[in-house]
Amino acid sequence: MPVKLILRNQEFEVKAGMTLRHCLLKIGVQPEAVLAILDGQMITEEVILQDGQVVKLIAVISGGSRAGQGTHT
Amino acid sequence: MKCRRCSEKAVINMRQHKLALCKVHFLDWIPEQAERFIKKYRMFGHADRVLVAVSGGKDSLSLWDVLWRLGYPADGLYIDLGIDGGLAYSAKSQRLAEKFAAERGLRLHVVSILQEYGETIPEMAERTWRGHTKPCSVCGLAKRHVMNQVARQGDYTVLVTGHNLDDEAAVLFSNTLNWLPGYLLRQWPVLEANRPGLVRKAKPLCRLYEREMAAYALLSGIEYEYDECPHATGSNTIFYKELLNRLEAERPGAKLGFYLSFLQAKQNGLFAADADPGVQALHTCPRCGQPTSAPGECAFCRMVKPADQANSR
Repeated sequence: MPVKLILRNQEFEVKAGMTLRHCLLKIGVQPEAVLAILDGQMITEEVILQDGQVVKLIAVISGGSRAGQGTHT
Repeated sequence: MKCRRCSEKAVINMRQHKLALCKVHFLDWIPEQAERFIKKYRMFGHADRVLVAVSGGKDSLSLWDVLWRLGYPADGLYIDLGIDGGLAYSAKSQRLAEKFAAERGLRLHVVSILQEYGETIPEMAERTWRGHTKPCSVCGLAKRHVMNQVARQGDYTVLVTGHNLDDEAAVLFSNTLNWLPGYLLRQWPVLEANRPGLVRKAKPLCRLYEREMAAYALLSGIEYEYDECPHATGSNTIFYKELLNRLEAERPGAKLGFYLSFLQAKQNGLFAADADPGVQALHTCPRCGQPTSAPGECAFCRMVKPADQANSR
């Protein structure tokens, strides 16, 4: 069974046997932009994902402004 | 991968620091680092009255939690911007800020833009030239005005915000791309109250990665607003953060190096003090009493409706 990665409402499937980092790069997600939860625990990028595992990805990037970056006073 | 400080399994690997930590030691590490930066940049002390601007997001709530754990007397300020976007965004953010404060017995000031000025931020943006196609500029101006006002009225000696390293690096990147000397001159972990009417501002998280702060919030069990502001889609800030993260993926530590090198260069005199073409004499706004470079009322007071119209809704 493939590994499932869930980011917000998107689901991705990848082959088992790769590190989390490789999985993220494979689905086009920057490792710096997410945290990964497996079985309720946060995991690091070198963890090798096994058949049927489901990893929840938490997006960490926030913020929005268009111009005039910074404060005036 | 094992925790650097014990033999437990690591929950986070911070390649930029070549440091992996377990949950317990990571939750110790973040406050240690924040305290280190508070002292290094002389941001504030335990005798200061600290006001934390909280949005209900991970950074500001984590910052408030860290300050609480470090024993700093910090009250919070939540500004209800009136943003819905189909998500009840502001309402949900406020609820999370209030819940956080209640759980810890902390004081939270709440200011409603609608109640104070008769319009929500999106309505103000639509009415004024400043809003153009998105309310971000209006939002930023309003927040800075209200934060300074509440801090002054409450006799707080320092206002702190949850800007993290990714925020600072993205701003620096943008200001450098466009060579904006005024903004580059003013970017620093602390903004001194060097004009009458201004409150000192500090960013204790400025050297901590956004990912580290998200991990802190999750591991601490802090419930925060996970949804992005509905108006943030397509924002420059997020675009620049993504670009910098691509660099970081190839060169761990690049974001931190970029920011720290800039701070060092500034200290070494990279920017001449008169490089800012916008430095002008400031005077006091006749309506709100805050400093302004424009003649007459400040930009915020010119933007909001007159008081009699604001109260008519």
